[in-house]
Amino acid sequence: MTDLSLSNQAIAGKTAPPGEARALRLPTQWLGVTPFFIFAIMFLILPTLYLMLGAFQNDAGEFTLENIFALSQANIVAAYWISIKVSLASSLIGAFAGLAIAIAIVRGGLPNWIRSATLTFSGVASNFAGVPLAFAFIATLGRLGLVTVLLNTLVGLNLYAHGFNLLSFWGLTLTYVYFQIPLMVVIIVPAIDGLKREWGEAAATLGATQSQYWRMVVIPVLWPSFLGTVILLFANAFGAIATAYALTGSSLNIVPILLYAQIRGDVLHNAHLGYAIAFGMIFITGLANIFYIWFRTRSERWLK
Amino acid sequence: MKAGRFWAWIVFILGAAYFFIPLIATIEFSLRMRRGVYSFDAYKVVLGDSQFQTTFMYSVIVAVFTIVLGVLIVVPTAYWIRLRLPQLRPVVEFITLLPLVIPAIVIVFGYIRMYGSNSPLPFLSNNTATNALLVIGYAALALPYMYRAVDTGLRTIDVRTLTEAAQILGAGWGTIVARVILPNVLIAVLSGAFLTFAIVIGEFTMASLLNRPAFGPYLQNLVANRAYEPAALSIIAFVITWGCMSLIQVLSRFAPKSANRPN
Amino acid sequence: MAEPFLSIQHVRKSFGATTVVEDFNLDVEPGEFVSFLGPSGCGKTTVLRMVAGFEEPSAGKIVVAGKDITRLKPNQRNVGMVFQAYALFPNLTVAQNIGFGLKVAGMPRADIDARVAEMLDMIKLPQMADRYPYQLSGGQQQRIALARAIAPKPKLLLLDEPLSALDAKVRVSLREEIRSIQKKLGITTIFVTHDQEEALSISDRIAVMYGGKAEQVGTPFEIYNRPATKFVANFVGTLNVLEGKVTDAAAGTVQVNTQEVSLKGKLNGSKSGDTLSLALRPEAISLGRQPGRDSSLSGEISEVHFLGSVIRVRVGIGGNTVSLDTFNSPATPPPAVGEKAEISFSSDDMLVLH
Repeated sequence: MTDLSLSNQAIAGKTAPPGEARALRLPTQWLGVTPFFIFAIMFLILPTLYLMLGAFQNDAGEFTLENIFALSQANIVAAYWISIKVSLASSLIGAFAGLAIAIAIVRGGLPNWIRSATLTFSGVASNFAGVPLAFAFIATLGRLGLVTVLLNTLVGLNLYAHGFNLLSFWGLTLTYVYFQIPLMVVIIVPAIDGLKREWGEAAATLGATQSQYWRMVVIPVLWPSFLGTVILLFANAFGAIATAYALTGSSLNIVPILLYAQIRGDVLHNAHLGYAIAFGMIFITGLANIFYIWFRTRSERWLK
Repeated sequence: MKAGRFWAWIVFILGAAYFFIPLIATIEFSLRMRRGVYSFDAYKVVLGDSQFQTTFMYSVIVAVFTIVLGVLIVVPTAYWIRLRLPQLRPVVEFITLLPLVIPAIVIVFGYIRMYGSNSPLPFLSNNTATNALLVIGYAALALPYMYRAVDTGLRTIDVRTLTEAAQILGAGWGTIVARVILPNVLIAVLSGAFLTFAIVIGEFTMASLLNRPAFGPYLQNLVANRAYEPAALSIIAFVITWGCMSLIQVLSRFAPKSANRPN
Repeated sequence: MAEPFLSIQHVRKSFGATTVVEDFNLDVEPGEFVSFLGPSGCGKTTVLRMVAGFEEPSAGKIVVAGKDITRLKPNQRNVGMVFQAYALFPNLTVAQNIGFGLKVAGMPRADIDARVAEMLDMIKLPQMADRYPYQLSGGQQQRIALARAIAPKPKLLLLDEPLSALDAKVRVSLREEIRSIQKKLGITTIFVTHDQEEALSISDRIAVMYGGKAEQVGTPFEIYNRPATKFVANFVGTLNVLEGKVTDAAAGTVQVNTQEVSLKGKLNGSKSGDTLSLALRPEAISLGRQPGRDSSLSGEISEVHFLGSVIRVRVGIGGNTVSLDTFNSPATPPPAVGEKAEISFSSDDMLVLH
């Protein structure tokens, strides 16, 4: 597979083999990664910092905290609150359901093909967000959706008469769970794989029952990864917009939709407020990711 | 473990139901366009729609450019970090995590503010430049996945040892990169490429806020205005994503495995 | 004779069409240290896992202290097990690991602490009580795994290649430590290994296994000096093999190369003209004539390796090569390659391999 040609003086002489051009070493070392850093600075770091700074400035360019205070407006607080609720609900439901599925396919004694098929499908489903997902759920649980109609005709259960509505907080949460569960499965399966068989055997020889082993070893070992992934799922849901936009339009005012409206049409009549909203979003997702990294480092350290 | 297996099946079946029923409902709905009969009319309308064709082609082309840009940025960087600058690894890995922390809407908001018409780099002043900005934005979104795919590929083939072996045998940089590194990393690069493709095709936020005629905004528009076509499109989108993921799985079987760690 | 403590009777294990263990029988006395020795795939670990309860025998039974445990689950057998990969629980400290079996059994906290302290003293790691496994070296982890297995006072101790993952030096010191702890506590022990030096140095008895069967069971002395089969002779220790032909079965003479050797009484069942393999341990051969060594063969020295206190010499006799060691003597230079040499040995020491 690797094609190594034998020593050829012409080739060896042409380009300076690494490590030999000592005088020029420092600059050329860094040359290789410069494009990356330029890209990152110009198109990731600077734009974000620009917004961050803008959040603390007014139109005259002076430093101010009034934009941050303006975030306490009723509609903005409501938007953040809804976002947090939807993200929390979908991440918790997705996390536990995903954990159950992951345990089932890794440790459940199911046929081998189920594991690889589920992992492939999870890779697909975690990317299935946006319009297609929203529409799929409309087609399933919307007023004329397949399941709604079937439940009514077969079992006489009228979901909508009981107050259920897809275009609501719970409808959106249920839809979000469709990509949260696969994300959890994909991340936690390697962690479950990491549970060595010998641990279970050692616990058995020491007299432990299955439930004792789970309580005393498995759960403590898994929970940092699990919690870290819950947080990742939270951040993932918090920043999502396309699905919500397709499903509920602007009727369910989550923060990304609020920001979207602000960018498009300055609905808040204050450009800097937009920056402040963006700042709030990054603050929340950034905090979440810090915790995620902290939990991940902890769990990796134990399992070295 | 027999009780365990029973519960495993229950969980699996419930999960499968949750994931398949919406898909089945969508397929069923997409076939209902013609009154009273099941037909593929919705698909025909969609595929024949010139808007569909233009926006889809646009997104495909943007995806290709994004992949090229991504590869050009990621591969040399990943190689260099592995080989010569391992101390920069934490910094680079942190940067590749940024697109997962900063939501796409915030990133594009930053672009609009920073590279608008009155900025030193007026990306938004004309169409071509805005298209370029979209490609750049997508490359940034795909950065975590592309970098992880390439980095894992490099680690598996133990790039450092291979390079040293090649150097001892007298190979120069050109030979090393072209004949030792690239062939072995190709599979990983292709995996990253397909993932990028899947992300770009369905993306909405950036395309919409930059006013680009991409597939994502077209889809959103359709949901608001049409009934059956969005269902057909959802199925088409799902099949495309499934195709990309399956290709990645298939490719990973052809990936070179390190001799040091026989699988 | 006293009732054996552990009795493995006619145990067989098949996975589908493949039989991995065939009709294995062994009686182990209380307090005895028995090693299962053999190459990979010989079935030694499978037998151990059947005693532990992780595999169920396809046939046969296992009896411990008079009780048939063949159908019992692993956590009901009260056996201690030490694994090759240490298998310490990563989320528990050393003290919590050692106390795990006691906690599961519901022992009061104070008693657990006392017993854990006792164990830590026994393995001489009292200062490690609050460390986590990832902070310790392989040798330390394995000693803690041993303490953890012994803490609940099990009836049997099973060790599955516990030293294979460790450095050479640690292996030697740890095997001696395991043996001395085992002797002090008097626990009946089964030790699985593929390293014959390990098995020979610390076991009361060794069961040499090959292809799912026990080829020979005996003390290290018996296994080494009176191997029952060709496999055992080859696997345990080094062996010099000479090809020969029987010249006179009645008189017991064999021709090696062009020379004759007399082997009284060892040629039962062979006829004149048969070819057979003769084997000698290196320490049974001397360079030059020695008193007490009644047979001799001539040859030419092909290799000389000066190893310090020992000089390893290889002598070619016809198509055969024999390896032997002599001690260094400051007054005498080592023999030279190409020299003619005579080797002598006692015909009693010669093994006939079939």
